[in-house]
Amino acid sequence: MGKRVTILAVLTLAALATVLAVGCQRGGGGGEGGELRIGLSISTLNNPFFVTLRNGAQDAAKKEGVELIVADAQDDAATQQDDVQNFVTQQVDAILVNPVDTQAIVPAVQAANQANIPVLCLDRGASGGKIETLIASNNVEGGRMAAKELIQLVGSGPVAQLEGIPGTSAARDRGQGFEEVINGQDDVELVASQTANFLRDQGLNVTENILQANPNIKGIFAQNDEMALGAVRALGDRAGSEVKIVGFDGIEDALNAIQDGRMNATVAQQPAKMGSLGVENAMKVIDGESVDKKILVEVKLVTKENVSEFLQ
Amino acid sequence: MASVAERIKPREILSRSGPLWGLIILCVVMTILSPYFLTFNNLFNVGTQIAVIAILALGQTFVIVSGGIDLSVGSVLGLAGIVFGWATAVANLPLPAALVLGIGAGALAGLINGLLITLGNLPPFIATLAMLSAARGLALVISGGIPLNPIPAPIRALGSGDLFGFLPLPVILMVIMWAITVGILRSTYAGRCMYAIGGNEEASRLSGINVSRQKLIVYTLSGLFAGIAGILLTARLASAQPQAGFTFELDAIAAVVIGGASLSGGVGTASGTLIGALILGVLRNGLNLLNVSAFWQQVVIGAVIALAVMTDTLRRRKR
Repeated sequence: MGKRVTILAVLTLAALATVLAVGCQRGGGGGEGGELRIGLSISTLNNPFFVTLRNGAQDAAKKEGVELIVADAQDDAATQQDDVQNFVTQQVDAILVNPVDTQAIVPAVQAANQANIPVLCLDRGASGGKIETLIASNNVEGGRMAAKELIQLVGSGPVAQLEGIPGTSAARDRGQGFEEVINGQDDVELVASQTANFLRDQGLNVTENILQANPNIKGIFAQNDEMALGAVRALGDRAGSEVKIVGFDGIEDALNAIQDGRMNATVAQQPAKMGSLGVENAMKVIDGESVDKKILVEVKLVTKENVSEFLQ
Repeated sequence: MASVAERIKPREILSRSGPLWGLIILCVVMTILSPYFLTFNNLFNVGTQIAVIAILALGQTFVIVSGGIDLSVGSVLGLAGIVFGWATAVANLPLPAALVLGIGAGALAGLINGLLITLGNLPPFIATLAMLSAARGLALVISGGIPLNPIPAPIRALGSGDLFGFLPLPVILMVIMWAITVGILRSTYAGRCMYAIGGNEEASRLSGINVSRQKLIVYTLSGLFAGIAGILLTARLASAQPQAGFTFELDAIAAVVIGGASLSGGVGTASGTLIGALILGVLRNGLNLLNVSAFWQQVVIGAVIALAVMTDTLRRRKR
């Protein structure tokens, strides 16, 4: 008897929590029937970059007068497959997908293809199925930009690189662009290149370790700002002055660090623009217009001179 | 007690400290391979880096000794950090209040784990798996998915400061938490109950231990330790991150098991756990010093974990 009451109480609480959660979400911006609906399957909202991307898409959707349904896959490829499948079942008019994994997303894309729902990729592509377009930052060019800036800042001497999650296209492309420029000259030498998985705490630990083996390092390129900020923490007072730090992404914390002089530069992506371009191009596809197969969102070098333009 | 200690032969002491030998061998190998490894600076560096995982693993030791498992510690660490960050950076509460709220959030999450297990009759694996998801979700809800700044100066100093110019504060905090864990496991009623429940839950119940109450204590302690680890990580990063502690539970469990504890309960020590955390830390540090490729690092870490636990269990079986 007592157990049954407990179970009942738990179920009631769970139901209440669900209603509450749904209610909170609806408060944001509900949609009435009849209007166009676009599904946005995002790899993870556990990362400020993708939160900004979603916000950009939401703003564009509001402007265009369409309903945007957002699903967060929490960096799990299987969850994302279900999310996209749910969009297909709901018969949305277009699907924007920011894949967790370029390979694992293929079956979900094919399911949408079969239901004749157009699919657009954001930030990362899909290695199969029919994609209308891929909207992504020019990561290779960004890596080159970062290398040129770091060479100019350092002049000559040893530098290190903090790599992103091994095997991801962002890590690969940024590393490729960076190493291409670094290997093409003799003044600055890349003496250590280690992964910190795009995370700030690992950026801190790995930088400390690299400094043990290479105490005279003059500069660090981190393949994202989170790791760069970890490096800043590891270097303490030397960050930005004795040891130059260049990041990638242009998140708010990094922009503040550049303004304070703890970081020297970052290659800013435009996640909000990526999100809004996603919605705008989805509308074009729905209207039957053709779109480019690949839309490169330009990256911008942020230094102390122009950082105020990026800080709101 | 003294007579038991006297009867232990030197050979047994040697074999009982299997994890310690593993650590020593690892250190010797790293010293040979890298000239930068065995320096005063680098050793404190390793100590600082493992402090967060070690505190998490010490809390996990209570749980594993009592025959349970706590998968939620990484998320609870993140939640505690975010609650603390929110309290200082957004709500502008005084530092002591923010600390109480942050660490309290960790302990509360642990208590809820305990309630789900005892009142809700859920297996620990499921109850803490649910908390892993819920606590991470709450951290994201509270923070809106973005890092919370600024963190007050005294806390930032805890992350990067040192005592007498060389002893890093995170290492000191880790040693204090280790001493507390030793004290609880060895000299309190709750500690003895953990070994008893982990050894044989039914027998403990029959001999008059209030198993449910003891389990509540166990999981609350684990949550409390995760909360303290959350404050420390926030201090180290000078920023409260919603994704802080992501997958840390795996490192924490690995540290406890490498340290000689048994996942079936009843066996495990605070010192073993600390050595387990050190083995993981020395390995990561050494692989960085040697500039080993990221792909191979993961393989090596996996192999060492398997090897460490396997030699321990094989040795036990032989006896």
